[in-house]
Amino acid sequence: MSAIAVSTTINGDEVEFLCQAEETLLDVLRERLGLTGAKEGCGTGDCGACSVMVDGRLVCACLVLGAEAEGRSIETIEGMANGDELHPLQTKFLEHAALQCGVCTPGFLVAAKALLDANPDPTEEEIRFWLAGNLCRCTGYDKIVRAVQDAAQELRGS
Amino acid sequence: MAEVNLSAALAALADNERQIQIEAKDIRELFRKLEERYPGLEPVLKNDVAVAIDGVIYRDNWSKELPDDAEIFLMRRLTGG
Amino acid sequence: MSFDAKYKAQDYNSVGTRPVRPDGVDKVTGRARYGADFNMPGQLVGRVLRSPHAHARIVSIDTSGAERLKGVKAVVTAADLPDLTNGDQTLFDILDNCMARSKAFYDGHAVAAVAAVDAKTAREALKRIEVEYEVLPHVIDVDEAVKPSAPVLRDDVFTGGVEPKPQTPSNIANRSEFGHGDVDEGFAEADVIVERSFRTEQTHQGYIEPHACVASMNPDGTADMWVCTQGHFVYRQNCADLLGLDVSKLRVTSSEIGGGFGGKTHVWMEPVALALSRKAGRPVKIVMSRNEVFRASGPTSATSIDVKIGAKKDGTITAAQATLRYSCGPYEDIWGEFGAKTSFACYGLKNVKSVGYEVLVNRPKAAAYRAPSAPMAAFAVESTIDELAQKIGLDSIEFRIKNAAKEGTRSSYGPVYGPIGIGPTLEAAQNHPHMKAPLGKNQGRGMACGFWFNFGGQTCTDLNIGSDGTATLAVGTVDVGGARASLSLVAAEELGIPYENVRAVVADTASLGYNDMTDGSRGTFSSSMATISAARNAVKVLRERAALTWDIPVEDVIWEDGCAKATDKKHGNLPPLTIADIAETAGKTGGPIAGHSELVADGAGVSFATHICDVEVDPETGATKILRYTVIQDAGKAVHPDYVEGQYQGGAAQGIGWALNEEYIYGEDGRLQNPGFLDYRIPVCSDLPMIDTQILEIPNPNHPYGVRGVGETSIVPPLAAIANAVSNAAGVRMTHIPMSPPRILAALEGESEG
Ligand code: FES
Ligand code: FES
Repeated sequence: MSAIAVSTTINGDEVEFLCQAEETLLDVLRERLGLTGAKEGCGTGDCGACSVMVDGRLVCACLVLGAEAEGRSIETIEGMANGDELHPLQTKFLEHAALQCGVCTPGFLVAAKALLDANPDPTEEEIRFWLAGNLCRCTGYDKIVRAVQDAAQELRGS
Repeated sequence: MAEVNLSAALAALADNERQIQIEAKDIRELFRKLEERYPGLEPVLKNDVAVAIDGVIYRDNWSKELPDDAEIFLMRRLTGG
Repeated sequence: MSFDAKYKAQDYNSVGTRPVRPDGVDKVTGRARYGADFNMPGQLVGRVLRSPHAHARIVSIDTSGAERLKGVKAVVTAADLPDLTNGDQTLFDILDNCMARSKAFYDGHAVAAVAAVDAKTAREALKRIEVEYEVLPHVIDVDEAVKPSAPVLRDDVFTGGVEPKPQTPSNIANRSEFGHGDVDEGFAEADVIVERSFRTEQTHQGYIEPHACVASMNPDGTADMWVCTQGHFVYRQNCADLLGLDVSKLRVTSSEIGGGFGGKTHVWMEPVALALSRKAGRPVKIVMSRNEVFRASGPTSATSIDVKIGAKKDGTITAAQATLRYSCGPYEDIWGEFGAKTSFACYGLKNVKSVGYEVLVNRPKAAAYRAPSAPMAAFAVESTIDELAQKIGLDSIEFRIKNAAKEGTRSSYGPVYGPIGIGPTLEAAQNHPHMKAPLGKNQGRGMACGFWFNFGGQTCTDLNIGSDGTATLAVGTVDVGGARASLSLVAAEELGIPYENVRAVVADTASLGYNDMTDGSRGTFSSSMATISAARNAVKVLRERAALTWDIPVEDVIWEDGCAKATDKKHGNLPPLTIADIAETAGKTGGPIAGHSELVADGAGVSFATHICDVEVDPETGATKILRYTVIQDAGKAVHPDYVEGQYQGGAAQGIGWALNEEYIYGEDGRLQNPGFLDYRIPVCSDLPMIDTQILEIPNPNHPYGVRGVGETSIVPPLAAIANAVSNAAGVRMTHIPMSPPRILAALEGESEG
């Protein structure tokens, strides 16, 4: 079993790791790098709990191989806040009580940020369809959608 | 004197009595007297029974007092999700 | 200890506000640690081998191949989990479900497990375990299973609750009956009778976080476990019983929990992780895959229900009757009994009878799912009620109000109701703007009521005052959705300090006395009661310390706005002592200040809800779209209204999924065909509209603030509300849940042919 050496950038920091060929990016983040913010809800790309950004593209980390991180730039939930200043989406999720158990929350935040980066003024329908790849079993999505709307407004206003 | 109603399943363990007159000040005493009268009830009374007193269900509080003329209903203990 | 839990009306400073939850920042930054986010030094990876057969005798298991594999540190089978259950059938069933003994009862039933240095080795080891099965005929369908021709799962199960006691084993484990009056007489008085049969399919709680635990057992008999659970004290008890450990030597820490809804109320693979750790002498981590969660952790029952209700032309129901068959998986449970109890609980009926059957089938052991068994019964009964109202020509809300249970009504499950809230929810529905929203073509509106018992139970809480006058609150009920926020509000209210000055944590099993699990909507009800009691005990100490400081009798000291104040003029104008003042000198006045509470919170009080729903049914595809949805429910008192609304919305969304999409699909071979979120489709964001909520606050007389449980009732009405809406939109009565597009199309076609 020869391990693969990978150099990549995670949340702006250069990172090197070794992994097996079959290990997913999610395995690497969680088990090798201690970044457990991305969750495994299914391992098959159906729940979005493992959402991360790879070179500015929203992906399910459970569907990407760790070795594919070579030379790329990866962003995870752990890098979303700026130091101790939360991103407006994080603040609005808290204010709107957009999480109950919270296990889906990192995935939703990463996905919602990707939406707002691309489309600062989404309609409710656009938000709902963009977030359709992220499952939440607790909230019925109502407060999540409102939090994203509110964060979008704040980001536009500032 | 309290009138104690038993659900069908419990009545089967108590000589098929659906209604029993018992003098008891609280659930603990009620259970003790029931056990004495109907030994078959003993195992279920330990863990598997809830008591409705005037419509409010008590699962655990054996010290709960039984008000005079209260309607007492014994049923199987419940769990939730 | 006796605590006066009677409701007292009061004005609140903290309770009823909506601050940010204390565990929130950790959860939006990815720092919160869930079941799978924890590791221990030297930890091994545990994996479970599961039966591919729906029903098979286990002839032999050869683990030697796996044991020889490099990197494998332990292999266990049922032999490593000997039966220590001492005749306790419920516990034995849990054991047998954790690890099959003589027979595998369902596709996914655990038969062996390994612990290895890494996941790859563990997977390889599973392949090298040889199990010889004698495959037996299986039965999946609840109606098939009760037929005399069906294969019988268990030769030790004889139908209970019937006389004379049966001599032959049966898949019907138990019969239970509830009701009063004479239904035959009642039906004879009826002008109109509606009689129908309904079916609902099996669904899963669908928490996003799979079961996960890390178990570590030491040679000296002490053990530790980190696990996602709704009740770590219950898990400790289950595991200690099954492994023969001293209860207090096993310390269980509950992780953050990524949803449970009843599915994390008893153990699944946790005892197996302990057994592996015992054998390997190292910590073992097991994380279920989603596939395993679906195949082997508890779904709810599939059901088949017959309902018959009769009424007079003036709208009085004269008799109501239901027969309810609930699948339990391979082990006897009380799901049918719950269905029978809850089925007619919303109504005041002169003649009523409900009969529940527990049916054994080759499916996973059914577990509680949010107000277990009530949604299916409500679907059948509330659909029939709606049809009956239409036949009589009465508005569906009017008809329900006319027959609603009130204070003094004898409930269909036995006791007479105290003050209850179904009437107010119906009246609120009648006056809700939703009822006047316009409907277009192919659109329809439906409504339904739901009932659930709520529970209290054993609770133990510690409140400690820090040297600066802030407070820490340690509770033993797992926080499934904002409880720490609610309980901090309660502590702040009682102590008279700002919410920000309270920090609530969920303590492990070594730090607090026993707590029942967070189920039966008991979390906030019972822990808030214990928090109030603990805080009042702390206030008593604070007053004593102030009295000592001032050298006056404690009776002359009151607690107000977070300060001790001397009441009597004769003490001069003593300036109030703040909680911080008193805490600062605590070391000199008698040591740390704390309040404890151990109590049984009972008298949670039943709960009712009414839901209204608008749908549009596409006649071409049979697809249903939810247009509007409103939840009206009594909370007694909403401690943190955001999280009460959240419970209402979440329950409604789960109900919508159940009503329209979700179902376990089995193949001819008895294997589950859709064990994943792709084919078992839970509602996604674009499937749903905003979900409106209206919180009614009718105080619960048995709680100091009037709080009722709110977690479960919201899943009871949706199946029926949506079925009624679909029937009003499409003109066909839907009797089979989920109302997936093919079923709706088939019903539409049947209608046009008929
Ligand atoms: S874990 Fe990656 S999508 Fe579910
Ligand atoms: S908050 Fe629990 S899954 Fe979304």
